[in-house]
Amino acid sequence: MKRVQFSHSPIPYLFIAPQIIIICIFFLWPAAQAIYQSFLLEDAFGLSSQFVWFKNYKDTILTDAWLQSAGFTLVFSFLVTFLSLALAMLLAVKANEVIQGARTYKTMLMWAYAIAPPVAGLMGNLMFNPLIGDLYYFLNAMGWDFNHKLDSFDAGFVVVLIAVWKQVSVNFIFFLSGLQGIPKSVLEAATIDCKSNLRRFWTMTFPLLAPTTFFLVVINITYAFFETFGIIDTTTGGAPGGSTSTLVYKVFTDGFRGNDLGGSSAQSVVLMVMVLALTVIQFRFIERKVHY
Amino acid sequence: MAEVKLTNVNKVYPNGAHAVRGVNMEIADGEFIVFVGPSGCGKSTLLRMVAGLETVTEGDLHIDENRINDVSPAERNVAMVFQNYALYPHMTVRGNMSYGLKNRGDSKEEIEQKVIEAAKTLHIEDFLDRQPNQLSGGQRQRVAMGRAIVRNPKVFLFDEPLSNLDAKLRVQMRIEIKKLQRKMGVTSIYVTHDQTEAMTLADRLAVINNGQIEQMGKPIELYKDPKTLFVASFIGSPQINLMSAQYDGKILKSGTLEIDGFENLPVAEELVLGLRPEHLRIDTKGKLAMNIDLVEQHGADNLVYGTLEGAKNEDGEDLELCLRLNQDQEPSIGETITLSYDHTNALVFSKETGKRLI
Repeated sequence: MKRVQFSHSPIPYLFIAPQIIIICIFFLWPAAQAIYQSFLLEDAFGLSSQFVWFKNYKDTILTDAWLQSAGFTLVFSFLVTFLSLALAMLLAVKANEVIQGARTYKTMLMWAYAIAPPVAGLMGNLMFNPLIGDLYYFLNAMGWDFNHKLDSFDAGFVVVLIAVWKQVSVNFIFFLSGLQGIPKSVLEAATIDCKSNLRRFWTMTFPLLAPTTFFLVVINITYAFFETFGIIDTTTGGAPGGSTSTLVYKVFTDGFRGNDLGGSSAQSVVLMVMVLALTVIQFRFIERKVHY
Repeated sequence: MAEVKLTNVNKVYPNGAHAVRGVNMEIADGEFIVFVGPSGCGKSTLLRMVAGLETVTEGDLHIDENRINDVSPAERNVAMVFQNYALYPHMTVRGNMSYGLKNRGDSKEEIEQKVIEAAKTLHIEDFLDRQPNQLSGGQRQRVAMGRAIVRNPKVFLFDEPLSNLDAKLRVQMRIEIKKLQRKMGVTSIYVTHDQTEAMTLADRLAVINNGQIEQMGKPIELYKDPKTLFVASFIGSPQINLMSAQYDGKILKSGTLEIDGFENLPVAEELVLGLRPEHLRIDTKGKLAMNIDLVEQHGADNLVYGTLEGAKNEDGEDLELCLRLNQDQEPSIGETITLSYDHTNALVFSKETGKRLI
C-alpha cells in the first residue's frame, strides 16, 4: 500500500474555501438555526425562550391547516409543472417547425422569462382585479361566476395560471435547445418509417427530449415549491382562508405575520426533509430511465 | 420492384437558390443508378426529393405508374440509408429495424421473422439487443442497411452511406452493397462524390453539375466517351491531364509544344486537349519531354508526376502531367523521359462551351 502521494499543501483547500464558506453561511448555518429554533418556544416579543422538544412539530404539522396547505402545495406543484411543461413543449415543437420569421416568433415566446415572479403576480393581480381586471370581466361574461377573493377554486386557478404563464418561457427555451440537439437526419429517417406526425412525436421526439424534460421537471417542482412565493404574495396572499397558501408561504405567514418562530421553523425543517426526499427520488429515477 | 421516372424536376429554395434544374431520368426496374458530382451540385437534393424529404418545386416524380410528388415519405415505399446512419439512439438494433414495420402495422411474428432474416444477411444477429452507441462505425452502417432492407422497399436510396467509414471498411461495404442489391434486385439510387464508388457500383452513372445532369450512361461510356470537359475531368482517377491548345489549320499547339495527329479542328478557338495518364507511354522516339518530380508506387502500378516541356495548362501555367506506368517501369526523380501518346484516345474540347469536339 502506498501512502497518499501529495504532500499536504493548503492550496487546494484555499481553492474550495469560497464555496465552502458560502455553503456554511447561507445554507448550513441557517439550516442549523432553523432546526435549533424548531425546538424552542418563544414569547411574542422574543425576550425569552424555552426548550420544548417536539412540541412545535406536534402543534403545527399535525393540524388541519398544515395538511390543507400540504395538499394544496402538491396539487399546485403538479399542475404548474405539468401544464407549464406541456405547454412549453407544444410551443417549442411548433416553433421549431416555423421557417419564416422564426427568430421573431421565438423571441416573443421567450419574453416572459425576463419578468420577476412578484411582477408577474402584480400583473395578474391587476388583470383579475374585480374593479378593473379584464380577465375578471371576461370570465364572468363567459358565464363563470368568478371571484377569486371568495372562492378557493377560483383563487387556485389564478395562481396556477400566473405561475404557469411565468414559467412557460423558461421551459420553452430549454425545450427548443433540446429539440435543436436532436439530429435532423434521425427525424428524417423517422419520417420515412412512420407516417403519423403524432405517433412520430411520441416515439421519437418525446423520448429524445427525455433528458431535457427530466431536468425541467426538477427545476419546475423547485419553482412551484419555492419561487412562486412572490406570485402568491402579490395575488391572493394565501386567501381565501389559507386555501392558496403553499408550504413555503405558510412558513412565512406563521413566522413573520403570526410571530410563531418555533412553529415556523418546525415547518421549514419538515419542508427541507420533503424536498430532500423528492430530489433523491428524482435522481434515482434519472439514472434508470433517462439514458441512451 | 419498381421503375422510377423523373420528368423535368426542378428545385428552387425559398432563398432563390436553384438547386436542381430540369432533370429528366428514367430508371429501369432493378437498376443501380449513381449520382456523382462535386459537393453542392444538387445530387443529394435530388435524392431527397425522391425520398420525399424535400418538396418538388416543379416537375413530376413517378414510381411505377404512381405520381408521388404529394405522397408522404412513409407511403412512397422507399428506404434510405443516411450518411451519418441516423439510427434511433434510444432504441436497440432490433427496435431500429422493426420501427418502420411496426408503424406499417405488420404482425409481431412477421416483424420478428423479417428482422432476424435481415440481421442474418448483414451478420448483425449478435447485436440485436444492443444500443447504437455500443456499436462500431461499421456495425452501425450495417444496422442502417438492415433498417432499409427489412422493409423490402420498392426503391433503395443511399446518401453517401460509406463516407464515414475508414478506407478498408469502405471497400468491403461497397462490395457488400453491390452484392446485396444484385441479390435483392431492388431499384437503387446512390449518391456519392467518390468517383471510385460511382464507377464500381453503378449500372448507370449520372454526372451532376450545377443542378443539371451533365451526362448519364454506363460508367465505362462516361470514361471513354465523355461529352463534356466536366465529365472527362470528374471521371477517372488520377484525373485526366488537360492542356490548353490552339489549332492553326495544320497542327495542334499547346504553348510551344506541337502535337500532331489532329485534323478538322476549329481554327482560332481556345481548345482543351485531354490525355488520360494511362494513355501515355514511355517511348524513346516520343515527342513529349517530361521532367519527373515525383514517383508514387501504388504496388501494381506507378504514378509519375512531372512537368511537360513547353505545354501549358488551362490557366497558362506549365503543365503538371501525370503518367501511369507498370510497376516494372520506374523512372527516377529529376530524369527527363520522352513520351508518346495514342491520339485515338485523346479528347479535345472547346474551352468556351466545354463540349467535346473529338
